[in-house]
Amino acid sequence: MLNVANLRCERDQRLLFDDFAFTAQPGDIIQVEGPNGAGKSTLLKILCGVYDEFEGDVEWDLDDYPLYLGHRPGVNDYLTVGENLAWLAQLHEQTLTQTEIDRILVEVGLHGYADVPCSNLSEGQRKRVSLARFYVFTNKVWILDEPFSAIDAAGITSLETLIQHHADSGGLVLLTSHQPLRLSNIRQLRLDPQPLDPLLAGPLQPREER
Amino acid sequence: MLLATIKRTLRVSFRQPSELLNPLFFFVLVIALFPLGIGPSEKTLLLIAPGIIWVAALLATLLSMESLFRSDFDDGSLDQMLVSPQPLILVVTGKVISHWLATSLPLVLVSPVLGLMLSVDNAGILAILISLMLGTPILSLLGAVGASLTVGLKKGGVLIALLIIPLYVPVLILGTSLIQTAQQGGDYTGQMLWMMALLALTAGTAPIATAGGIKVSLSR
Repeated sequence: MLNVANLRCERDQRLLFDDFAFTAQPGDIIQVEGPNGAGKSTLLKILCGVYDEFEGDVEWDLDDYPLYLGHRPGVNDYLTVGENLAWLAQLHEQTLTQTEIDRILVEVGLHGYADVPCSNLSEGQRKRVSLARFYVFTNKVWILDEPFSAIDAAGITSLETLIQHHADSGGLVLLTSHQPLRLSNIRQLRLDPQPLDPLLAGPLQPREER
Repeated sequence: MLLATIKRTLRVSFRQPSELLNPLFFFVLVIALFPLGIGPSEKTLLLIAPGIIWVAALLATLLSMESLFRSDFDDGSLDQMLVSPQPLILVVTGKVISHWLATSLPLVLVSPVLGLMLSVDNAGILAILISLMLGTPILSLLGAVGASLTVGLKKGGVLIALLIIPLYVPVLILGTSLIQTAQQGGDYTGQMLWMMALLALTAGTAPIATAGGIKVSLSR
């Protein structure tokens, strides 16, 4: 489903990855790991096509677009929760009826917030608005950058169930997270950036652990 | 999708009236202050009216340009627009159209009143309307290119001006010359056709450049 080969990316005098390769199949959950600044977000951005300062091949075998959750949730402060969701649905050519919006807002714990402007929401609630898409959209691939940050314990459990269910029904999930996840069928992809100094940088091998 | 973008952007603009009214107030104030500054002599006012109106419209547009993609960049909406099946050009065009409707169209609509303040006659006022109607969309389209390139920077305001003003100059010259010709009772079809040609040219190319600029700004 996803084939990455010879990927090389430099940023701020550091070699984030060189000759980096991995493949992903439907049903996989891939957790990108690494210290802060290791290039986890950059890798996810490369995969969904937002960041293109890299060399190498990223090949998707996919009919639709990935669903992406970045650090910035993509939620406009001046629109209400319902308007934001309707807009995000339109971007992905999906139709959301009012009852569907109400249903997913119950799922993400924002019941009754449909007509509240997003400027009145807390950080965690804004994240939940952005996450609400993942309950209804039909996209096969999910790319989630720190989906668990700013979310409370109950929300984390619910999101873990959702991710597990998506993978079990043939979806692909790529995510970054600093916390241990209770998910089966998950594999880790570790990033170890090197300083871009010819004396310091040795050959860099991506380690893939199961 | 074009309509959906226009609807969304207009909704967002109308919920922050200050952003919406700033360029309009700027435009009205600059033009209203000129007669006070140089005296009410009809002859002088008539001479400088085309220039004042056009320079004020140009600067008012420039002033509002920086916010065109700012909030969508900051809250991550631009990322979402890029990672979607929708062509970015369509979304960008929608944003420019709604920006023009929300900030430039009001300028065009109040311009006859301001023309009267500068003692322009009826033929001149018609020419002001025509020139602004044709010219301000060009200003918005070109400004969007600058806004897309500077949106990733913390302070892009001055840079936009430096990037875009050279491109605004032909529009300014044509616009003022159109009004001047009308004031002298001449036939301004020539300038009108040139402005239409410029509008067609920018409408065809500027959105492509803007979409490219956004991709560059997000790749940082």
